[in-house]
Parts: sequence; C-alpha cells; structure tokens
Amino acid sequence: MLGKLSWSAIPFSEPLPLISTAVVAIIILVALGIVTAKGWWPYLWREWLTSVDHKRIGVMYVALGLVMLLRGFADALMMRSQQALAVGTAQGYLPPEHYNQIFSAHGTIMIFFVAMPLVIGLMNFVVPLQLGVRDVAFPVLNSVSFWLTAAGALLVNVSLVIGNFARTGWMGYPPLAGLQFSPDVGVDYYLWSLQISGIGTLLTGVNFVTTILKLRAPGMSYWHMPVFCWTALASNLLIVAAFPILTATFLMLLLDRYLGMHFFTNDAGGNQMMYVNLFWAWGHPEVYILVLPAFGIFSEVAATYSGKALFSYRSMVLATLAICILSFMVWLHHFFTMGAGANVNAFFGIMSAVIAVPTGVKVFNWLFTMFGGRIVFTTPMLYLIGFIITFVIGGLTGVLLAIPPVDFVLHNSVFLVAHFHNVIIGGVLFGVLAGYNHWFPKAFGFTLDERLGKASFWFWLFGFYLAFMPLYALGLMGMTRRLQHIADPSWRPWLLVAEVGAIVILFAILCQVAQLYVSIRTRAHRRDVTGDPWNGRTLEWATPSPPPAYNFAVLPNVETIDAFWEMKRKGRRPVQTRYEPVHLPRNSPTGFITAFFAVVTGFALIWHIWWIVILGLIAATATMLVSGWSHEREREISAAEIARSERTRANLGGAA
Amino acid sequence: MLVVVVPVIIATLAFAWWYRASNPRAVRSSELAYEGRIEFVTWSIPALTVILLSGVIWIGSHQLDPRAPITAKAAPLRVDVVALDWKWLFIYPDQGIAAVNQLTIPAQTPITFRLTSATVMNSFFVPQLGSQIYTMGGMTTHLNLLASEPGEFPGISANFSGDGFSRMRFLVKAVPSSDFEAWVAQVRGGGAALDDARIAELTKPGTAPPTTYRSVMPQLFEHIVEQTAAASANAAVTPPVPQEVR
Repeated sequence: MLGKLSWSAIPFSEPLPLISTAVVAIIILVALGIVTAKGWWPYLWREWLTSVDHKRIGVMYVALGLVMLLRGFADALMMRSQQALAVGTAQGYLPPEHYNQIFSAHGTIMIFFVAMPLVIGLMNFVVPLQLGVRDVAFPVLNSVSFWLTAAGALLVNVSLVIGNFARTGWMGYPPLAGLQFSPDVGVDYYLWSLQISGIGTLLTGVNFVTTILKLRAPGMSYWHMPVFCWTALASNLLIVAAFPILTATFLMLLLDRYLGMHFFTNDAGGNQMMYVNLFWAWGHPEVYILVLPAFGIFSEVAATYSGKALFSYRSMVLATLAICILSFMVWLHHFFTMGAGANVNAFFGIMSAVIAVPTGVKVFNWLFTMFGGRIVFTTPMLYLIGFIITFVIGGLTGVLLAIPPVDFVLHNSVFLVAHFHNVIIGGVLFGVLAGYNHWFPKAFGFTLDERLGKASFWFWLFGFYLAFMPLYALGLMGMTRRLQHIADPSWRPWLLVAEVGAIVILFAILCQVAQLYVSIRTRAHRRDVTGDPWNGRTLEWATPSPPPAYNFAVLPNVETIDAFWEMKRKGRRPVQTRYEPVHLPRNSPTGFITAFFAVVTGFALIWHIWWIVILGLIAATATMLVSGWSHEREREISAAEIARSERTRANLGGAA
Repeated sequence: MLVVVVPVIIATLAFAWWYRASNPRAVRSSELAYEGRIEFVTWSIPALTVILLSGVIWIGSHQLDPRAPITAKAAPLRVDVVALDWKWLFIYPDQGIAAVNQLTIPAQTPITFRLTSATVMNSFFVPQLGSQIYTMGGMTTHLNLLASEPGEFPGISANFSGDGFSRMRFLVKAVPSSDFEAWVAQVRGGGAALDDARIAELTKPGTAPPTTYRSVMPQLFEHIVEQTAAASANAAVTPPVPQEVR
C-alpha cells in the first residue's frame, strides 16, 4: 500500500535532522498561522500563488532562492565545522552517512535551488520590462515553471525528515549512484526532484527564448536590446540546448534504478563514462547559464553607476554569444583524469582556455566603462568592483585547471572547490546580489538600506577570501574534496581559517536579512516616486515603481540602445492623453495545482507507491488539459482605468 | 597570466577611485562608448595570452600524458591496482605477490600501473608523485610514475566513493632497489596467499590494515576486470566486454 515507506524512514535516532526539521516546521506553521489569522489567504492566492505576472513570478523565484540559500548555507557551515573538527584522531560530529548527505545536498541546492531561481527570477522580473513589453510569451507556462522549481526544492527538503538524501555528491556519478551501491531512496530524491524542477527550467528556457526573439517593443531591433537581455537570451538558449541532456541522462539512471537496466552499471555492458560525459555536456553550459546573466547584470550596473554607456556594446554581445557556443565544447575538462589520450585532453584544454578570451574582453569592457565615468559607490557598484577583482582570480585558477598536466594533480582537490566557489560566489552570487539591490526599488517601490547592503557586501567579500583562499593552499598540498575526516593534522590551521571565513559569510547573510527587514520598516522614507532612482538607462526605469500590471500604458518606441536614457536626453516624453485598452492574461492556478501533483507523484515514485503515482500523473495531466482548453484566458483593463492610474502616477512624479 | 591579472586588479581599483563622483580633478569622458584602438587591445591581450597558453597545453598534455612511459636507467616495474570498497589492492604480476593499502616501490625506477576498480569509480592519487587517474569497473586505465628519491608518500582516492572514502588511504614506500628485492623476498616468505576466499573477504565494504600476500593467482588483474564487467546475476544476456580506456 505504501511501497517502501514505513516509520523507519524517519530518522528518530538522529537528532540533527529532526531538530532542524522541527524548527523549520514550527516556522512554517507560525507563518501559515499568521496568514490564516490575518485572513491573507485570498490575497495570497489571488495576487501571488495564481499570478501569471512575470514580475510577481520573478519575485517569488528570488524569494525561493534566498530561502534556499539559508538551507544551503546551513549545510556549508556544518561541512566546514566537521572538517575543522575531524582532524587526526578526532572524528568530528558528523558520521560519514550524514556528512555525505550534507555535501550532496549543499551542491544540489546551491546550484539548482539557489543560483538557478535567483538568476531566473531576475530574468523574469527584468527582461520583459527591459524589452518594453507587458509579459513573457507564455505567462501561464511561466507560472508552471516556477511552481515546478518550487516542487523540486520541496522534495529535496522532505528528504531531510522522511528517508534520506543522496550520499553520492551533487553529480550523482554511477555506479555509486546506481542501485547496487545506493539502494536507498537518497538518489531517488535527488533524481526526481531534479527531473521535476528540470522540466520547469526547460519551459523557462523555451518561454524566454520566444519572448526575446518575438516580443520586443516597437523599433527594438536586436542591436537595440539591453545587454542583460542579450545575456538572458544566451542563457536561455543554453537552457533549451543543455537541460534535455540532463533530463535524458537522469532518465537513463532512473531506468537503471527502477527497471534494472544497465546504462551506467559496471556490468552487462553498462558504461559509467557515458554518464560522466553526458552530465558535463549539461554541466558546463550550466555554468554559463548562471554566469552569463550575472555578466549582464554587471554590464547594467557598470553603465548605470558610472553614468556612462557601456563600453563597446557590440563586442560585449559578441563575447556573450561566443561564450554561449564555446561552452558546449569544453565539457571534458571536468574529467581529464578519466584516461583520454593526450590529443583529446589537449584539445579540450585549449578550448577551455579559449573561453578566457571573450571573458577577458568583457572584463576590459567593464573597466573601460568605469574609465572616464562619474562613479557612484552604491551597493551594486561595490559588488561590481568586488566581482572584477575576485573573478579574475577565479579565471586565473580556472585557466590553470584547464591545463591537463596541472589538472592531473589538482583534479577533485579543494583547489578545484576553491576555484568554482571563486567564480560562483564572486561571479554569480555577487551578480545576483548586485541585481537584487539594483532592481529591488523597481519591484517594491522603495530602495534597500545602503548601509546594511554595503556591510553585507564587505562581509561577503572578506568571508569569501577567508573561506576559500585556504582551500587553494590545501588543494596544492594534496587535500581532496568531500573528506569527512582529515588525516593530516598540519592542515588544521588552514581549515580553521576557512571555518572563520564561513562564519564571516554568516554575518553577510545576517546583514542581508537585516537589510530587508530594516528597509521594509523604514519604507515610508525610502519611497521611489520617480520610478528611476538610479538615473537608469534602460526601459524598466521608464515605468513607475512598482510597475502596474500592464507595465507600459503605451508600448515605448525604441530607436537606440539605452532607450530610456535617450528619452530623458531628448526631454520628457509627451504626456499621453489617449490610451488603448490592454489585454492581460488572467490568473491561473494551473502552475500551483500541477506542481502540487508533481510533488505527490515525485514522492510516490521515490517510495514506490505506484497507485499514487498513477493518480498523480492523471491529475497533473488533467490539470494541464483543463487549463489548455479553457477559453477565458484574458482580462481587459479599460482605457479609462489606465488613464486614471497614469494620471495618479504623473501627479506623484510631479510632487517629487 | 599574473602579468594580465595583477594589472587588471590594480586598474579596477585605480579607475574606481579616480573616477569617483566626488573627485573634482577627474576628467570625465562620458561619451566614450567605443574606441577602436582600445577594442583592438582588449581582444589582443587575452587572445595572445591564450595562444601562448595553448602551446603550453598542447606540449604539456603530450609530455606529461599519464600513459607515456617514463625513461630512466632502471627497467620499469609493473604494478596492477584494484580499487575496492574502501581499500587499495596492489598486485605485482611479475613478482607474483600482492599488498593491500601499502605500495612498496623501488626509487628511481619507473612504475607502470594498470588500474581498475572492483567497485565504484575511484581515483588513484599519490600527490607527491604526480598525476592521478580514475579507476573504473570493467575497464583498465594506465599511469606511469617515478619516485626520484626514497621516501614515504601518502596515497588517497581522489574521487568520492562512499562512506569509507576518507579512510581509503595507503602509504607509498619508495625504497632503494636493493631494499625492494629484499622486501619482495620477505613478502614471498610469509603471510597468506591471495586466494578466492581472501579476495571475497577484501571486496566486502570496509577498511583494512596494510597487509601483504605471498602469492597471487596468475592473471588476477585481468580476472577482476572481466568479473566486474560480467558480475551480476541478471546480466546473462550480454557477454562481458572488458573495455580499454583510450
């Protein structure tokens, strides 16, 4: 009746996951209690859970990413503490079967449920505004994407208390992740949660490629698009091309695990090397799916806070597209040590180094954007400067690792761990946090507290260096990654410094939380009534903050890059007196309901509860079909209503 | 590459500082959005660096290829390596002996390794001796190392392989070649033979203390590769195909 599920699935003997789950459960219950007591459910359902507005969905993505950042960081703290404690004769406080789950969960969560939601969330919020349009191409699909991502995140967290998570590392290499060596549900949690969220991500890719290619403001040619839209296009093209590889690969591993097939087993002709190749054929583009939009954010930040157009827009775009294509030609550098011949290794080493060319050009272009500018040191600008310095160091170590003979001694070492944290924290995370501070006033109508934002930046910066520079040193000394116990006592001082770094990052995160809290409390003083708090250059700043549901009362006419900057230069736009009615998509519960059934189905698949699987699949499909056949998909906002809200806005702007 | 990176870091800080909004002495060039000569330089610097680097990569990959034999005065010693859960088995096919979690080798002698795994993927790595290489079930990889001086070097698995991973350690003892001959004689003189029962014992998950075996069956390494490729009971349909990693 309940498949493999029984009371023994709950780890009553392990206090750590139980206590943390209890704490999280209490927080969730209190939150739900407050929502119920205050009667906020109708509002939440109407305005958020069923919303198909790209801005709302973007905000929910970012919120999901920030919440999961807390979970992923808690894992990081536990790992650092274990490695600082378990040296020599000491064993630390985490046995291998627990420690191994933690680093697997840390990697999975940070990539799929922190970095991806944050990046996709910002794209969701910003891209349609920058393109000067009213929504993405498929708004309901967008909501489905978000809720499937949230469903995957939920399943990963369920594994904390019911059963266990994978103990294979976030890459899930077989045969370790195969049925023979990982018979429990851990790998199934990993696979199904990523399959579900992966569908969401693929749909996002389709949605945004279509949006950027087909929906742009009148007059906005490709060469008029803001750089962030270009990077979003490149990123989503990569999603469309790469995520199906991951889905297919995981499907094969699932067939191995559920039907006893032999795609990746040791025996019966299985080939584990195929999994590793396929995984990284997705995995390397994934790096650029994350970092290209971050590059785009930094391009916007550099231009805005230097008060200057981005230096060499065209070469920025060309560099982005070059990286987009090259990212598919380097996957083998993740496993030079698998035994390929010298020619193959040399080819992939050289291709990896070649990516440094367009990336280097980008760095120089940001540098020359600052050159001759009038630089205002806001929080996003600090992140830009911190990013350039940190990222070139990460690029340097990356190029070192791309040299096969060097990689043969540094592969899988903590040097590698330091390298990819260097580029992911210094590149993706700094970029996302810059974007968060930059676009927050656009989303909510008030600015974030600068003092706490800057404090958070400095903690992040120094915390990063303290936490990861020691790992570079340890990697050179021969320390490999994923060690639950460290044999060499002479490594301890380095590990202690890294632990201190992790604690400094904790302060960064606390400042981040405090910044949000303080800013909300003092929002009355920090209202953005102009819609353009930073003297912006692109169209999102032409809308009020927060923008109305229809974004633009009249779609702007675009003749150049930096369209809004040009409008401001040519004097205020003429006051619009005649408005057309606007058609917007109606709210839809499709995404939420589909994701609900996806969670149920995923959970049932993990525990082999077949009758629920069948019911869940039928229900999810039915939901999609009902949604697909519904006719009432649009609502109209009348011209009079638009005129009214635009007048209110004009008055507010005039008062400021 | 530091030649590029360090100036970039300095320029970033310098530009940011000099062009701060409050600096009255800075000359602003707010219309500078394109300049062909700068553009030329920004593409040239990384391109030239990478061209140089590509040469290093190509030559380095070939010279330091793990499969490439190492030339030295002494004739190479053959050692077969099998990764087990979670221990290392070293077979000396020419000496007919074996050891677990300890690898005694003559110094200044090239060692030619063949490697496989009887379990999940691992990576054979002695950081102080040089390159690592994956060990994979049903497959053989190749590695050549040389200890230039006698000494003791810790060895590890550098690819996560499960609960006993961090204890999957061994010690390389590089000894003068005369001592190596003596060690071989000593191993042959005592201890157990590595028979099927003991192999079965070793393949059970767990760690093991360093041990030596006075004799091994011939072709043990080949046997393990074939066994791993064919092992499971429900795999009868497909004939075992031991794969060579090229």
